Amino acid sequence: MTSKLILLPILYQAFMAVILLFFWRRPQIQRVISVVGSAINVFICALLFQGVWVDGIVSVQAGNWVAPFGITFVADTLAATMVLLTSIAGLAVSIFSAGTIVRAQVKYGYFPIFHFLLMGLCGAFLTGDIFNLYVWFEIIIISSFVLITLGSEKKQLEGAVKYFALNMLASIIFLTALGILYGLVGTLNMADLSGKVAAVDNRGLVYVSGLFFFVGFGIKSALFPLYFWLPDSYHTPPFAVSAIFSGLLTKVGVYALIRVFSLIFTDDIFIDQVMLAIGMLTIFSGGVGALVQVNIRRVFSYLIICHIGFIIIGLGLFTEAAIAGAIFYLIHDIVVKTNLFLIAGLIFKIKGTNDMRKLGGLYDGWPKLTLLMAITLFSLIGIPPLSGFWPKVSLILGAYSLENYGAIAFILFGSVITLIIIAKMWSRIFWNPGPVLAVRPDFQYFADMSLKKRRLIVTPIVLLSAVTLYIGFGAEHIQQLSERISGELIDPTIYINAVLKPR
Amino acid sequence: MEILLALVIGLLYAAGIYMILRRSLVKLIIGLILLGNGVNLLIFLLGRITKGLPPIIPGELNTFAEAYADPVPQALILTAIVISFGLQSFAIVLIKRVYKVVKTDDLDELSLDEEYEQI
Repeated sequence: MTSKLILLPILYQAFMAVILLFFWRRPQIQRVISVVGSAINVFICALLFQGVWVDGIVSVQAGNWVAPFGITFVADTLAATMVLLTSIAGLAVSIFSAGTIVRAQVKYGYFPIFHFLLMGLCGAFLTGDIFNLYVWFEIIIISSFVLITLGSEKKQLEGAVKYFALNMLASIIFLTALGILYGLVGTLNMADLSGKVAAVDNRGLVYVSGLFFFVGFGIKSALFPLYFWLPDSYHTPPFAVSAIFSGLLTKVGVYALIRVFSLIFTDDIFIDQVMLAIGMLTIFSGGVGALVQVNIRRVFSYLIICHIGFIIIGLGLFTEAAIAGAIFYLIHDIVVKTNLFLIAGLIFKIKGTNDMRKLGGLYDGWPKLTLLMAITLFSLIGIPPLSGFWPKVSLILGAYSLENYGAIAFILFGSVITLIIIAKMWSRIFWNPGPVLAVRPDFQYFADMSLKKRRLIVTPIVLLSAVTLYIGFGAEHIQQLSERISGELIDPTIYINAVLKPR
Repeated sequence: MEILLALVIGLLYAAGIYMILRRSLVKLIIGLILLGNGVNLLIFLLGRITKGLPPIIPGELNTFAEAYADPVPQALILTAIVISFGLQSFAIVLIKRVYKVVKTDDLDELSLDEEYEQI
């Protein structure tokens, strides 16, 4: 039964996009369809997740070609979790888009492209074939190109040039790695690759291929020397777009890293060491970069980079506890980062600017909304018992068991610098009375919006904050989930058997 | 044949990387296109070149009697070509828009100075 559900999240998003195309000139109908459709999608993805949770890993062979010859789709616990999170973030951003994306942009096809993007994400999470992963990545980046340039403002186009150049380069590097790998073992199925790569004698070329994968995915997930495109482009598009980008687009790169380096290149001490070093440097450079920024969205962009480092360190340590911590962090990060950019959007709607030097007095003006935003900001820092705290415990335990004190130091450094940044932001934006801003005549302020529109903007933030609170207070469940995923990643035989010997 | 292809691939990668490192937007795109072609040839080369042996099983047999050309690399290259065609056409339209708005072809002049002025 569950195996029939695997393709459903992908097909459903494609179906949504096509339906939306029929209402090209009817923005209002598109908004309704997108929100209702995304809500149904959460239900579908929850069904898939529940199925995988009960039945274990399931796989389906496209066209009924026996693995490893056809394209395989696999839903293991990690993939099912990611798909579920995608659907939740998708729902939140869809509601937010309904409230904030202007008519002109909807008329240029915002909603269909948005659902194509979600389709690409689900596909990337569920595929079990490495070339198919490349194809899904291309679907993701081409949709994201359209979304990032939608509106064609000068600033946006400048950001988009960097975004597209680096992402295209990343795809080319990914394809190079894939070509070398195929030349070595002659298969593309990830489960099949797992065993065959381990048996290759020419280890030199395996390392070359592995490093190419690392660089390719590293650009996409904004790791240390390759992250410059991210803060230059993520603050330019509409808020809803940067929310879905920050929540999911860098995370799909991280997901690919986890998948490839837990399944295909496993016994590689060198790459693990590289990953640890890169993870530490990513935390450092992201954190220090965020300190000097004044635009809220740029601060959050640097924090994305900083927090990717935690996950990479967890992956580099590669013990059960550390991986569980990394996965927990990934789950927490998707929800929180999406919400952060929605909050940046809300602040922009309230004050008409995102410049920290001009902002202030939010606590006096909007006490209830401030409380709502505080939940997410404090979760980001990791104040116990909120969600950012628990994964760090696992990560530090994992590093401690390997006596890797450098990793512990950097994890703590990342947490402290996040605390400093958020404290600075908190005092500037919420407590400080702030300068009196000139009223922008052509701008619709939050206070002047209709109640319906205000609800559309606040509801997704409430929804994601509720999920964050659940991750924090129901940490036991998420920890259980992360440990199960971690077990599956450390011992890939279950995955391999599920693909190559389907029931 | 393999040597020749290897040389061509090396040349395409080198030229592509050189072009990416230039400051001009157009040269950036040309560099990406060259790299994309280099990758396609790389997959073709690494998928083993077998001359004149199409992967077709003769009518009277059930399996291949001898070595055959692997059809998978060609399928991969075709997919990659189609995808990169789409991406490149988008990229070219994008740089045209950028040129119209920013009035420059120089990547270094895509500044973010005004970022700090007004947000």
